Amino acid sequence: MKGLLDQQFAQGGVMVTRLEDLLNWARLSSMFPMTFGIACCAIEFMSTGTTVYDMDRFGMAPRATPRQADVMIVAGTVTFKMADRIKRLYEQMAEPRYVISMGSCSNCGGPYWQHGYHVVKGVDRIVPVDVYVPGCPPRPEALIGGFLKLQEKIRAESLVAPTAIENLLKKENVDHTVAS
Amino acid sequence: MSLDEFKNIIESTSLKQEVKFDMNARPHAIILAAEDLLAVCEILQRNPATYFDMLSCITGIDNGAEANTMEVVYNLYSIPFNLHLMLKVVLPRENPRVESVSGIWKTADWLEREVFDMYGIQFLNHPDLRRILMPADWEGYPLRKDYKHQDYYRNIKVEY
Repeated sequence: MKGLLDQQFAQGGVMVTRLEDLLNWARLSSMFPMTFGIACCAIEFMSTGTTVYDMDRFGMAPRATPRQADVMIVAGTVTFKMADRIKRLYEQMAEPRYVISMGSCSNCGGPYWQHGYHVVKGVDRIVPVDVYVPGCPPRPEALIGGFLKLQEKIRAESLVAPTAIENLLKKENVDHTVAS
Repeated sequence: MSLDEFKNIIESTSLKQEVKFDMNARPHAIILAAEDLLAVCEILQRNPATYFDMLSCITGIDNGAEANTMEVVYNLYSIPFNLHLMLKVVLPRENPRVESVSGIWKTADWLEREVFDMYGIQFLNHPDLRRILMPADWEGYPLRKDYKHQDYYRNIKVEY
């Protein structure tokens, strides 16, 4: 599907679209991330915000409070001591809210999976995760890839009956049959 | 300054046990009885010939069930004389306890809290002995050789 602004507007000031498309477009074009980082992945997250990678071009301006944030990027190792705080921050975000798990540590415990007595083996044990970005740490390009994946997910959302996951699964099944 | 000179200074206090040397350690270490530690630290800090005004580090060691001992290692440094010295205290593995040196070096407060957090070694007369790195309600002491982590912490599974 083409983006809303890629369409031709020949009818003066009036345009007709589905409300869902408009809302989804607004949401995916302004995914404000929470200014929040817990380990070395946060450095790459910060790099993503610099002029070189320019996170702002996706309408992603970091917000310093969970109340104004749409996306929580869990950038780093989640310790058990931090787990309560992360859950609290997630609960303070207004809906609709999304979580990107950035890097191996927050995906699955990373290098601490076996002997890291202090590390939660995946942030998805505390909060629901929308997109996992692999890497240790992921480069800014990879994190931006995660943003695009999340945009894709938001684009497929529905107000009445949420079917985003079903649609994704259907799409993956189709891709699978084409590949084989 | 040689180890024997340190020994002479230390023995000017009345020691309960004879000190031993560990020549494999760098800097060479003096092994003390736990009950002598506080008096020895005090004299080493106050003596005008040594003046160990800095406690660089406190390390805990668990020697395991076979040796059945734990150790606390103190690394001292004297800024005016550029002297290094290591002190070691060997403790039993059951109910290990040693006097706190936080009255002499303030930095020992947090260093001893970390050793307590990881090994469960009790520091007597410590002003505020509680966990520093792990959550306050964590069970067990992670760096002990026989440590087994709990199954769940606040309903979060700990195992991978």
